[in-house]
Amino acid sequence: MFFAAFIIILLSAGIIFALVSRSTEAFQEYGIIGFIANPEWDPRPATEEYGALSFIIGTIYTAFLALLFCFPFSLAVALFNGEYFKGKKISSVVRSVVDLLAGIPSIVYGLWGFYAVRPLIIDLGLNAQGFGILLSSVVLAIMIIPYASSLSTEFISMVPNNLKEGAYSLGATQIEMIRFISLPTASSGIVASYILALGRALGETMAVTMLIGNTDRIPKGLLDTGNTMASVIANQFGEADGIKLSSLIAIGLLLFIITALINLVAKLIMKRVARA
Amino acid sequence: MENINNNNGMEPILQLKEVSVSYAPGTKAVKDVTTDIYPNTITAIMGPSGCGKSTLLRAINRMHDLYPNIKTTGDILLKGENIFNFDPMEVRRMAGMVFQQPNPFPTMSIYDNVLAGYKLNGIRLDKKEKDEIVEQSLKGVALWNEVKDVMSKRGSFLSGGQQQRLCIARTLALKPEILLMDEPTSALDPISTNKIEELLLELKNQFTIIIVTHNMSQAARISDNSMFMYLGELVEHGNTTQMFTKPKNKRTEEYLTGVFG
Repeated sequence: MFFAAFIIILLSAGIIFALVSRSTEAFQEYGIIGFIANPEWDPRPATEEYGALSFIIGTIYTAFLALLFCFPFSLAVALFNGEYFKGKKISSVVRSVVDLLAGIPSIVYGLWGFYAVRPLIIDLGLNAQGFGILLSSVVLAIMIIPYASSLSTEFISMVPNNLKEGAYSLGATQIEMIRFISLPTASSGIVASYILALGRALGETMAVTMLIGNTDRIPKGLLDTGNTMASVIANQFGEADGIKLSSLIAIGLLLFIITALINLVAKLIMKRVARA
Repeated sequence: MENINNNNGMEPILQLKEVSVSYAPGTKAVKDVTTDIYPNTITAIMGPSGCGKSTLLRAINRMHDLYPNIKTTGDILLKGENIFNFDPMEVRRMAGMVFQQPNPFPTMSIYDNVLAGYKLNGIRLDKKEKDEIVEQSLKGVALWNEVKDVMSKRGSFLSGGQQQRLCIARTLALKPEILLMDEPTSALDPISTNKIEELLLELKNQFTIIIVTHNMSQAARISDNSMFMYLGELVEHGNTTQMFTKPKNKRTEEYLTGVFG
């Protein structure tokens, strides 16, 4: 047991060490700030230059859009399961389906997005190719609904019954009770679950790589193509070497730090909720 | 039940007619209770655990409607009108309820807790009306002086007894016809209990109070009339002093003298 725990710690340290040591070349060449703030990603040997900004913006853009799209759906699902049909059979069916969504491999979402959602965007005349920020955010939104909704369901169903009865005894309807009592009481927990979902969206790789269009510049809008930090690595590490490889690993390190921080914030909020 | 203290021949404010409540088909937690409650009195409902006291109380403000498996039958008349002809939300505003565990809303300030009934029902008030209702309701429960400088703090920051008085203020703010109290002091210390009892004796002048209690001496101290329930039946309902000195029913006597309970 202790041995296993020790190995886990050693492994994590090893991963961080590998990321740091392999990325030093890029950081030394461009400087940490210089690397983060530079939107150029130019692999042509004569003008070779690498910066992470395009991908950082692409990542934030897709992840927050996905969060925005997923918000109404997962809140509705959470209320359905945690309040309206709490403990009912239909709720356990919906819960299993949501869990099923969480279990679908990323590449399958990618295929579905490619063959089912992309034609929709083309048919709507939004974009000739279909690829881009919008397509990836929509598919990402669906991928993170299970994470956002199952945790929010827990927090909504944890609202004490005596508070709900207190509200009803003052003449509140169910919707008034939810709006003024349940949601405010569960709010920090709900926020935490959305932050965790955001963490998932930031790091999601395969489906995004297949759908975002893979262009190495700052996306100009919803319908433009781009690349996220994860998708640029997946797309380009195979043929990369030297300073380019080191730059890709540096992007990986940055992504790792961002998602770790986001998870940490969510955990802290949840700890605070658990204590209250 | 001719010896109920009926306040000099006034009309009853609340009439129960063959009220039964069942949690599951075929079993009744409250069996055919018929009785009258008179205005400006305190009525204590006593009886051993599981006798249906709280279940009867919660029938009066239609709390059972929240749980589809609970069925209430019979008629309950509040000021002569059958509560089952009203919207349940309206019934609950007319019959304010105070629970065993103080349950101030933790996300609201003390000020907002008092006004929670208005906020929850979407009734808009201007600042002056709000201030008036808050001051009046908190003075009504003798909490004003203790909290008037900390109005914006959370309700959960108060002591248990203060929280319970805040919850009473919250129901008073809606100006109900009757107050239903479900063992409101059983989670409180003796000093807070004493304060609440004194408060109830004062509130009696404006409201009609029905209080479920486990505590016989509490019933003796504050109530005008007492109801004794056993296994879902209303065994005896009468003037408290008379019931405690000369109970008519043998089971009432046994309960009051501690043979069971």
